[in-house]
Amino acid sequence: MDGSSCYDALILFRSRRPEFSGSVEGETATAQGNNPVCGDRVTLSLRATDGTVAAVRHQTRGCAICMASADLMAEAVTGHSVTDALELGRQFADMLETPSSQTMVTEEDVLPVGLQAFRPLRTHRSRLRCATLPWTALGEALTQ
Amino acid sequence: MNIADIRAQFPILSEKVHGKPLVFLDSAASAQKPDVVIDAMSQMMRSHYANIHRGLHWMSERATEAYEASRSRVASFLGGAREEIVFTRNSTEAINLVAYSYGSLLKSGQAVLISEMEHHANLVPWQMLRDRVGIELRVAPITDEGDLDLDAYGRLLSDGKVALVAITHMSNVLGTITPAERLVTMAHDAGAKILLDGSQAVVHRKIDVQALGADFYVFTGHKLYGPTGIGVLWARRELLEAMPPFMGGGDMISSVTFEKSIWAPVPAKFEAGTPAIVEAVGLGAAIDWVENIGYEAIGAHEAALTAHALRVLPEVPGFSVVGKPKERGGVISFTMDDVHPHDIATLLDRNGIAVRVGHHCAEPLMHRLGLTATARASFGIYTTEEEIDILAETLRRIRQFFV
Repeated sequence: MDGSSCYDALILFRSRRPEFSGSVEGETATAQGNNPVCGDRVTLSLRATDGTVAAVRHQTRGCAICMASADLMAEAVTGHSVTDALELGRQFADMLETPSSQTMVTEEDVLPVGLQAFRPLRTHRSRLRCATLPWTALGEALTQ
Repeated sequence: MNIADIRAQFPILSEKVHGKPLVFLDSAASAQKPDVVIDAMSQMMRSHYANIHRGLHWMSERATEAYEASRSRVASFLGGAREEIVFTRNSTEAINLVAYSYGSLLKSGQAVLISEMEHHANLVPWQMLRDRVGIELRVAPITDEGDLDLDAYGRLLSDGKVALVAITHMSNVLGTITPAERLVTMAHDAGAKILLDGSQAVVHRKIDVQALGADFYVFTGHKLYGPTGIGVLWARRELLEAMPPFMGGGDMISSVTFEKSIWAPVPAKFEAGTPAIVEAVGLGAAIDWVENIGYEAIGAHEAALTAHALRVLPEVPGFSVVGKPKERGGVISFTMDDVHPHDIATLLDRNGIAVRVGHHCAEPLMHRLGLTATARASFGIYTTEEEIDILAETLRRIRQFFV
């Protein structure tokens, strides 16, 4: 239907059946992202050892975009260094905030496919926060 | 009332959104503006605009006349005296004015009573007063249907400590119309003054502050087909006279020395600085326009729309109406199983349909209802049954898309 292009099949799929929900054993950090505008909430639980993100789980109460973003973020950052995970978050935000008329040369090489699924959101400015909320929480958890 | 004629007076209604005809179902957030309001404002700026109350020149005199004529218009609209009409920026500022000014006359040991279904605008100012003055803030509960629990309201008033009741005349989330006359009588019997937040109610029904018997009544212009930036506080003259000023500045004084200032008479005492002159004139035009159509016709149209909506929308799979109040206006909050309100709003928007989603500035009410957000369709004079059918049909497709 009209407007459904911002809901990539992957986003719909993962919002219905998240693969990274819950909390991790041996959690070393946790953080919560809240969007006071809509009441969406992402609670992150992660284990980072020797500067590497070993495991991430989330408990998300929110829309399809927010749920899928939390889940695909958990998948994307697992196994990466803390520095790389934070950098990925910056690139994700850059991708979303770039006007839809411009395409970044590098983003296709850099960003995992799971994160590129959110690219059509560029034309839905009011929904960007839904996608970035989990990343805000991640940034907080990793810099505590 | 001919809807096609009315719609033709709203230029924005012929706009397209994402290539689709605009279906505007967000009038409870802010209503669209008819030509007469737009024209009254631009006409003033083109032909007789200047600052008011100050100049001795022709332009200033004409502008002052127009501004003060709007005050008289608002007074006759509400059934109050013109000295009892204070122009503010919006309902929020009107309530803050009362909370700050009337609130400063309250003392620790006294209480302010609000309800569980208040907009943040009629909640946060009282919390601030509580923290500043040490009054108690009491909250009257609602029933599961979304009506005010009158027994509990009576109990909360019974110890005589409530100095002021501040309650909505119509909920912006549930559409509930509160039994204002009853609330006023019960408040007065308990020795309390009462403020009614008419932000929503004033759009849907004739308000007569004398018949209601209220002490304070507030509303905002932009929901009543008028401009933003102009709101109204009506209060009984003796209350306004007893209250200290809210803000200091020009226009609210009768004399100033470095030692001391003497306040201007009401209502000027509460209107410091250059007010929203053009907006006040726009509000006057909006009131003329609304009363020209007539509340009887408006009420009948909105009742028919609401009945139609409550018939067709619940047939959408997974659809639930939030609240089932005894008396309701043209505001329907809803949820759909398995589809978040944000996702509903995005897809409705891409099909030209504007609704509001979120907590509607009533977080404690959402909490009471066990929800974090709802979607809300709200109707105006220009809303048609066909638009509600388009909403229902689009919701059906959205549900299919997600489930």
